[in-house]
Amino acid sequence: MATLTLYIQYIVNGLTLGAIYSLIALGYTMVYGILKFINFAHGDILMVGAFIGLVVYQALLGTSASPVWMVAAFFIAMIVSMVLCALLGMFIERVAYKPLRNANRLAPLLSAIGVSFILSNGAAWIFGTQSRRFPYPFDNTPITFFGISITPHQILMLVVSISMMLLLAFFVNKTKMGKAMRATSLDQPTSALMGINVNRVISLTFAIGSALAAVGGILAAFDFRVYPSMGTMTGLKAFVAAVIGGIGSIPGAMIGGILLGILEAVGAPLLHIPNGLKDTVAFAVLIIVLLLRPEGILGKNEREKV
Amino acid sequence: MINFFMLILIYSGVYALMAIGQNCITGSTGMLSLCHAGFFCIGSYVTAIMCKMFGISFWLSLPVAALAAGFVGFLIGVPTLRLKGDYLCIATLGLGEIIRNIATNINPVGITSIPRASLFGYQFSSRNKGAFIILIWVFVLIFYILFQQLAHSRLGRAMNAIREDEVAAQSNGINVTKYKISSFVLGAAIGGIAGSFQTAYTLTVSPSSYTFMVSVMVLCTVVLGGMGNAKAVILGAFIIQFISYFQQLTGLTNIIPPQANQMIFGLILVVMMIWRPQGLLGRDKYRYGDPRTFKEKLLAVAKRKGGER
Repeated sequence: MATLTLYIQYIVNGLTLGAIYSLIALGYTMVYGILKFINFAHGDILMVGAFIGLVVYQALLGTSASPVWMVAAFFIAMIVSMVLCALLGMFIERVAYKPLRNANRLAPLLSAIGVSFILSNGAAWIFGTQSRRFPYPFDNTPITFFGISITPHQILMLVVSISMMLLLAFFVNKTKMGKAMRATSLDQPTSALMGINVNRVISLTFAIGSALAAVGGILAAFDFRVYPSMGTMTGLKAFVAAVIGGIGSIPGAMIGGILLGILEAVGAPLLHIPNGLKDTVAFAVLIIVLLLRPEGILGKNEREKV
Repeated sequence: MINFFMLILIYSGVYALMAIGQNCITGSTGMLSLCHAGFFCIGSYVTAIMCKMFGISFWLSLPVAALAAGFVGFLIGVPTLRLKGDYLCIATLGLGEIIRNIATNINPVGITSIPRASLFGYQFSSRNKGAFIILIWVFVLIFYILFQQLAHSRLGRAMNAIREDEVAAQSNGINVTKYKISSFVLGAAIGGIAGSFQTAYTLTVSPSSYTFMVSVMVLCTVVLGGMGNAKAVILGAFIIQFISYFQQLTGLTNIIPPQANQMIFGLILVVMMIWRPQGLLGRDKYRYGDPRTFKEKLLAVAKRKGGER
């Protein structure tokens, strides 16, 4: 019985972690769906988002410490960070990826690695390499029921990420721009012929993906602190999540993220993996998925045409 | 000053070796691998462990380092190389991090005071940089010639065909998976050898020196020089090492932070891809009938000399 509650506890922890992976994985999968390339800089946009959030939050907080203002300041910081990251994502796309849209397959990947390197080292230059704590906007005493404890910030993570995902699902499925996005990911030349402004759709995809990454970064900062290289591992895991769900599929990224979070939280104690090697779990999952079902859970098995 | 120039010569030798390996993977076969730091790390550790703990000579550890790195390359290559290239770079990025993670977990300090390499009774010490420069560049020359030969062999031509068009290569009867794995393993093995030399020079290994940055620097070397051109890659190694030691050379260590160099590496990748994707020197081109292999070149020179007489 005691072990059962323990495992339910792990699953709860995995769920909140997984919700963050999902948010970040959405950016990878949306870009891959439209441009068929992995945006390596996505993980670093997450880091930039976390830093912007932290700076704005601390600036807004100032000396006042009333609990209502703290929560309000947190959400303002999050929105500011989302907007700035969306702009950054669009800027990067315009400068580093757009000129390479018709180049060979390696070119945008290499360019993305370059961008990722510029971002992470730029942050290290400005903020230094030490890690900072992201202060909780409210009291973080865990709430316990039936022996399972959940902290308020875990609830915040879940609520924020699930509402973001619902918002995205609404946007993609119900609005005109969302329809244009789906059309572009199906067939770019044809949708251009149908009067869709493909460049704008791509820009928008980067903006949305980067804004979601900013939210993911801020939420991840609660658990992992904020430091210039935080994007590498978190981004890598989010990518694994996108592959598990089926890269290019939006619901796939959501499912994949949550699945990976649970696998990681349950798998590490189950297999007695030491803490330092916990990151290996995600990687092992990636290799297994690539071997058994490379198209992922919800992905379509596309045959390559010549 | 002269000291730093010699240091640059040594490290550009080490990076040229690594870049020859990366060039085999990325330049010839067109696969993007991001774990040369991992192979480098394996090579360093193999040499360090063999020399320090078992007292085996450096020269014996060299092939073992190559084999170990190649074997890890094989293990990671078999599951990932059958898939599209994009997955490979993520898998290799993860591998590089994990190799470093494991090394840190075993011993965060690393291994120090490794015995020196010696040849015919002469000991290569870190103080005498000149001897070391000769040693490393002899090996760079050997591998340069070997890979130049390889590029014009059956294996090399198959690799180039895969880079240009995988489907077309396959329909012409090239076993794509087999050649991709061979190329990957060869590249990894050279990375391991470079690691051995690094150990022989610094006589210490520490997990913190095999970060993702090393992989990006190697990639940058290949991209800057020109993918698929071995001469250009060696030029790239010089430039990259010059940039990374720029502060020490000019005495501006306090003014320019080390992150600036790394941002320049990132910038090089982006700028080169947009304006000059073929690299500074471009791809090694030859016309039909030009001498390709070392033997053919020697014959051509002999013929020309014969004509003059």
